[in-house]
Amino acid sequence: MTQFNGPAQYGFAERWLPRLVLAPSFLLTLVFIYGFIAWNGYLSFTASRLLPNYEWVGLAQYETLFANERAWVAVKNLFIFGSLFIGGGMAMGILLAVFLDQKIRGEGVLRTIYLYPMALSFIVTGTAWKWMLNPGLGLEKLVHDWGFTSFTFDWLVNPDMSIYTVVIAGIWQSSGFVMALFLAGLRGIDDSIIKAAQIDGATLPRIYWRIVLPALRPVFFSTLMILAHIAIKSFDLVMALTGGGPGFSSDVPATFMYASAFTRGQMGVGAASAMMMLATVAAIVVPYLYSELRGSRHG
Amino acid sequence: MDNQNKLWRIALYGVLLYAAVYYLLPLYVMVTTSVKSMDEIRAGNLIALPMSITFDAWSKAWSSACTGVDCGGLSGYFWNSVKMVIPAVLISTSLGAINGYVLSKWRFRGSELTFALILFGVFIPFQVVLLPMAQTLGWFGLARSVAGLIFVHVVFGIASTTLFFRNYYVGIPDELIKAARLDGAGFWRIFFKVVLPMSTPIVMVVLIWQFTQIWNDFLFGVVFSSGDSQPITVGLNNLANTSTSVKEYNVDMAAAIIAALPTIVVYVLAGKYFVRGLTAGAVKG
Repeated sequence: MTQFNGPAQYGFAERWLPRLVLAPSFLLTLVFIYGFIAWNGYLSFTASRLLPNYEWVGLAQYETLFANERAWVAVKNLFIFGSLFIGGGMAMGILLAVFLDQKIRGEGVLRTIYLYPMALSFIVTGTAWKWMLNPGLGLEKLVHDWGFTSFTFDWLVNPDMSIYTVVIAGIWQSSGFVMALFLAGLRGIDDSIIKAAQIDGATLPRIYWRIVLPALRPVFFSTLMILAHIAIKSFDLVMALTGGGPGFSSDVPATFMYASAFTRGQMGVGAASAMMMLATVAAIVVPYLYSELRGSRHG
Repeated sequence: MDNQNKLWRIALYGVLLYAAVYYLLPLYVMVTTSVKSMDEIRAGNLIALPMSITFDAWSKAWSSACTGVDCGGLSGYFWNSVKMVIPAVLISTSLGAINGYVLSKWRFRGSELTFALILFGVFIPFQVVLLPMAQTLGWFGLARSVAGLIFVHVVFGIASTTLFFRNYYVGIPDELIKAARLDGAGFWRIFFKVVLPMSTPIVMVVLIWQFTQIWNDFLFGVVFSSGDSQPITVGLNNLANTSTSVKEYNVDMAAAIIAALPTIVVYVLAGKYFVRGLTAGAVKG
């Protein structure tokens, strides 16, 4: 451990000052995160509708939640969106990182271009893609102007396809981020390993597939974590792009929670769905954090 | 071998340039659409260059576009965001710096646990605190105000700013602190005279990170504000989803660019720090 000073060397003030300084943040965290999680948990067991109502109803809100078709659409959409967003973003980001790592002229400029969407708000991204994908004057018209008049692209207003427009915009915004993470990882790999493999006659794709990418396992896992986390939390992009529609065909848990709690007067159901979201995130994050913290302590 | 190599290089550059076009196209479409008239948008197509450039859509987006019932453009929202983001960023960054300093250089019994408890706040889905927070802000008289939004962003920003600073300060040799202590410097003196002067890179990273996060936030904005306290992201969303009149895509795009401009400017000027923040945020622990 790095505690280099025995208490004897501290004055009274210096022994308590660090605790005192940390106290406000500690209290804020305790109250506004842990206290609020408990409070929200309590709300999810009450009859709250438009206003909080602390009459205990047990699991009734969860039963309502699980019987709600709209909630299941949101869960299904999260799976569709999550897997395609993570898979697509990952594939594209890794490909770009590996390609950029080949001593490319203008790498700095390209990197800047790939990453700028990450500086944008999801609301901006959603607004922009909403215009480009709109069936009237957007992409569809462009392809018609090119002579393919039978081309239709109505995903934005097609209940079966609307969630995929969120995937398109999500990958556009986040794949540059994956690129940056993997590029940083690639730069940390010893060049001599690659050179040695090349001398042994291995081809470049083979070297990357068998040696370099396996060495990036930690980067892979932390990227996976971040993307999964973005996916579960995603709210803004859906609101701006489809508003959850048409109907509720592109709802995700975050928009479902918002609608229940703040626009449809079903506070108890909203609180219950928020607890389910927390449980999902915790199921992913807690094992990861545990292994990370343990790893950093021993290694 | 040489020929094959050449071909491979060409393919490489081809793919990279193609990707660049893919990322730039939406920006190009936004900018060109925003300077076209609606007539031209209807007559032309998505990627056609504007025949005549007009800034009508920009002035409309800024000062007279309808965002629901009120038709004052985005200017009010924009200034709300400015008023919100400056104090929120400064306060959350200062708290993070102090916390990180304590958690790395003044560890005490239970400080690791405190860190773990704070750290978890980086990961929670904020949906789980929305309802209690709405109620609490009401009790404090902060509901639907910019001050309330500042408070929320500070409280929920502490986790990531603390993490950033703590991870950076762990890398400062303990010997340095020890030496300063032997010279008789105390807690605050060491922080201001030794640690803070070495912190420029991490301060930049955290300032930019927080600025981008808070400026781009939509969830807190839409839940905790209303009417004349709403931030720019809510204004933009209202504007783009107002269905009262004929859709004006040029105004939508001008509005989107206005909302994006501050973070884009920061990215262009200080992209190095932004990228460092993103990658540092990814490697936790």
